[in-house]
Amino acid sequence: MHPILKLVSQRLALGLLLLIAASALIFIGTQILPGDVAQSILGQSATPEAIANLRKDLGLNEPALSRYFSWLGNALQGDLGTALTNGQDIATSMGKRLGNTLFLAFWAAVISVPLAIFLGLLAVRYKDRWPDKLISGVTLASISIPEFLIGYVLMYFVGVKLGWAPSVAMINDSMTLGAKLHAIALPVTVLTLVVLAHMMRMTRAAILNVMQSAYIETAELKGLSSFQVIARHAFPNAIAPIVNVVMLNLAYLVVGVVVVEVVFVYPGMGQYLVDHVAKRDVPVVQACGLVFAAVYILLNMVADIVSILANPRLRHPK
Amino acid sequence: MNDQLDYLAKRATAGKLSRREFMGKASALGVSAAAASTIFATAAKAASHKTGGDLKIGSTGGESTNSLDPATYASQVPYHNGRQFGDTLVEVSPTGEIEGRIATSVESTPDAKTWMFKLRQGVEFHNGKTMTGDDVLKTMERHSNEDSKSGALGVMKNIESMKVEGDTFSVTLKNANADLPYLMADYHLIIQPNGGMDNPAAGIGTGPYQMEVDEPGVRHMYSKFANYWGDDGHFDSVEILAINDATARTAALQSGQVHLINRLEPKIAGLLARAPGVSVNSTPGRGHYVFIMHTDTAPFDNKELRLALKYAINREEMVEKILRGYGSVGNDMPINAAYPLFDGSIEQRMYDVEKAKMHYAASGHDGSPIILRTADGAFPGAVDAAQLFQQSAQAAGIPLEIKREPNDGYWSEVWNKQPFCASYWGGRPVQDQMYSTAYLSTADWNDTNFKNPEFDAKLLAAKAELDLTKRKAIYSEMGQLVREEGGLICPMFNDFIDGVSDKLVGWEVDPNGELMNGQVTRKMSFA
Repeated sequence: MHPILKLVSQRLALGLLLLIAASALIFIGTQILPGDVAQSILGQSATPEAIANLRKDLGLNEPALSRYFSWLGNALQGDLGTALTNGQDIATSMGKRLGNTLFLAFWAAVISVPLAIFLGLLAVRYKDRWPDKLISGVTLASISIPEFLIGYVLMYFVGVKLGWAPSVAMINDSMTLGAKLHAIALPVTVLTLVVLAHMMRMTRAAILNVMQSAYIETAELKGLSSFQVIARHAFPNAIAPIVNVVMLNLAYLVVGVVVVEVVFVYPGMGQYLVDHVAKRDVPVVQACGLVFAAVYILLNMVADIVSILANPRLRHPK
Repeated sequence: MNDQLDYLAKRATAGKLSRREFMGKASALGVSAAAASTIFATAAKAASHKTGGDLKIGSTGGESTNSLDPATYASQVPYHNGRQFGDTLVEVSPTGEIEGRIATSVESTPDAKTWMFKLRQGVEFHNGKTMTGDDVLKTMERHSNEDSKSGALGVMKNIESMKVEGDTFSVTLKNANADLPYLMADYHLIIQPNGGMDNPAAGIGTGPYQMEVDEPGVRHMYSKFANYWGDDGHFDSVEILAINDATARTAALQSGQVHLINRLEPKIAGLLARAPGVSVNSTPGRGHYVFIMHTDTAPFDNKELRLALKYAINREEMVEKILRGYGSVGNDMPINAAYPLFDGSIEQRMYDVEKAKMHYAASGHDGSPIILRTADGAFPGAVDAAQLFQQSAQAAGIPLEIKREPNDGYWSEVWNKQPFCASYWGGRPVQDQMYSTAYLSTADWNDTNFKNPEFDAKLLAAKAELDLTKRKAIYSEMGQLVREEGGLICPMFNDFIDGVSDKLVGWEVDPNGELMNGQVTRKMSFA
């Protein structure tokens, strides 16, 4: 078997094991949390009688272990079940939320990744001069400010005062692509500001590292312009660490944006998960956990494979 | 009509003047009461004339776990959902009277044990079915039978039997209750086809708007139901957006993305009131923020210690600092002037260091810190309020130790379990229901473990007492019993603070609930 194929299949198998382990951990976690779904649904208005009826209805009187394994059995067959709290089909309602999350992450990535890499290249080109310092300063400032604060500031000035973009980023199926993009303008901006610095700094550092090499000197002696040297000779050799950090940030854009979702009322996965954790709706928490873990594992795997492909030494092991 | 009167009429049309305020101001201008009444009626009517438009409400309390099943309603977005597609038998009017909805009239036998609701005819469900008495009966059964997990189960417990004869739905009670119609106005008790036995979460009712989109935790969309029986409900469509973040909600109102928001934070309400295009409407209600002690658990089983703590809290300071003035002081009983039959002559308890010291000494408490549990979720500002309480108690030499609990699980693990904690009550339409829910010895939610036979006897006597003067006297005695003996420290009653766009007219003051008791979509309209 080709070593790359072998690597991919090994990683996939490992990933599956990891997913099952993650689901077990999440289940244990939700069992440790105080209160159960029946109490959480009924809240302050719970009477002991109503709680008992609800517990019976939801099958909470079964032992925890058998609940986990019956869930796992169904999940392995692709059936995620229905939410305990409102009886909606998990796959359908989560699919919609996941679609929204990916939509937001996609557009944030489309803007932030090229921008970060370009700014990184620019910073290397003007190393230690004012463009470098300006880029570093601005991006570091934007990553240091909590994202909800950037969100509120943008909301106030751009959303309320100028009225350029809606402060509530609610999208639904009946909207056109243009309307959707207009709706998510503010959260995309915030996310871009948040992930920009990390990727840009990494690009800069990785390329500067390569710039010390002898072949860069050769390229310069050949008479290439300095930007060409960076883009054609330094960048391809710095790609592995850059892809790694890009993938980490993409994963963040999918699984870590709950604060931005709350601030802009964006109907994504994060808010969906938090709601169900608060209500101890275990099947939904499990399903969300699986999706998040899968995204993380998958993106990290892509990063590994890309760095192997980008490095001839790893591509052709002895 | 002179200019000033004209101005007042316009304010009334815009819903910014209540009838009482208008009458007062008009009579100051020398207009006779009869004439002023006519002007107000005309102005108010002008307000309700416009139809059409798409109304958007930004509401807190919406989660992706919400269901349209009325039995499950426990937070704001579901509550407002029910108000759109559903009708209850009766409704409580802003002035506290019973108004017919699905029932056109209510009568009782003289002993207040059997109640007859005459049902409206020709009412159509959104699925095209005509509503029958059987639907009403099934609905009530679903909320009260032994499989019920309804939020209204508590209010249905006293029912012995129910039946339908012709167009009359009658309820027979185990114990007399003169306030039964108020219980039937509970927002959970929405009449559904076949009582919702088949598909409780279908969102099908008899209300002015029919469900179009149901995305829990995101938005709920409704359109005007063509065959609605009533003449209220003036919008083409109503959309309820779940906006749980207070800042986002305020920004959405300011930027015009929504027309109404609920639960404004007192901190920003004053600032928002100065913003153009929106107004802040504060409505005194029956909801109150409380610190509750279990009267059967040491050290709170000691009446002197309870009194010491009651004297050691500074109520004015709390209203000023926690509610920013959007509320009123409490008097250690769950009742205030917003209730019918309230006795305003009961003495107001004040912050009194000397009395607190005296009762504390009399209690013989060993001086060990008294643990008060609180969480941000107990009520808005509960942690700050606990700290204010700690300081004012400190001045009287009473050591309070604040234990901050996580919001998550607060209602299941702390409230009604720990002997001393912060909490809130939403209030009930009538005194009987409030006392029966939380102060009767056998009540499920007796969160102060208040068990007083004298009180219970008075409550039962009041239930059967149809003479209002006598009932008022009994309620007054009950209030004083709770105030003296009970485990309730009630520092403040909070107002409902709603934000309303100036594009809307028809606002009226309704102490029954936020956003005009959820009636905004029925009673308001675009200007």
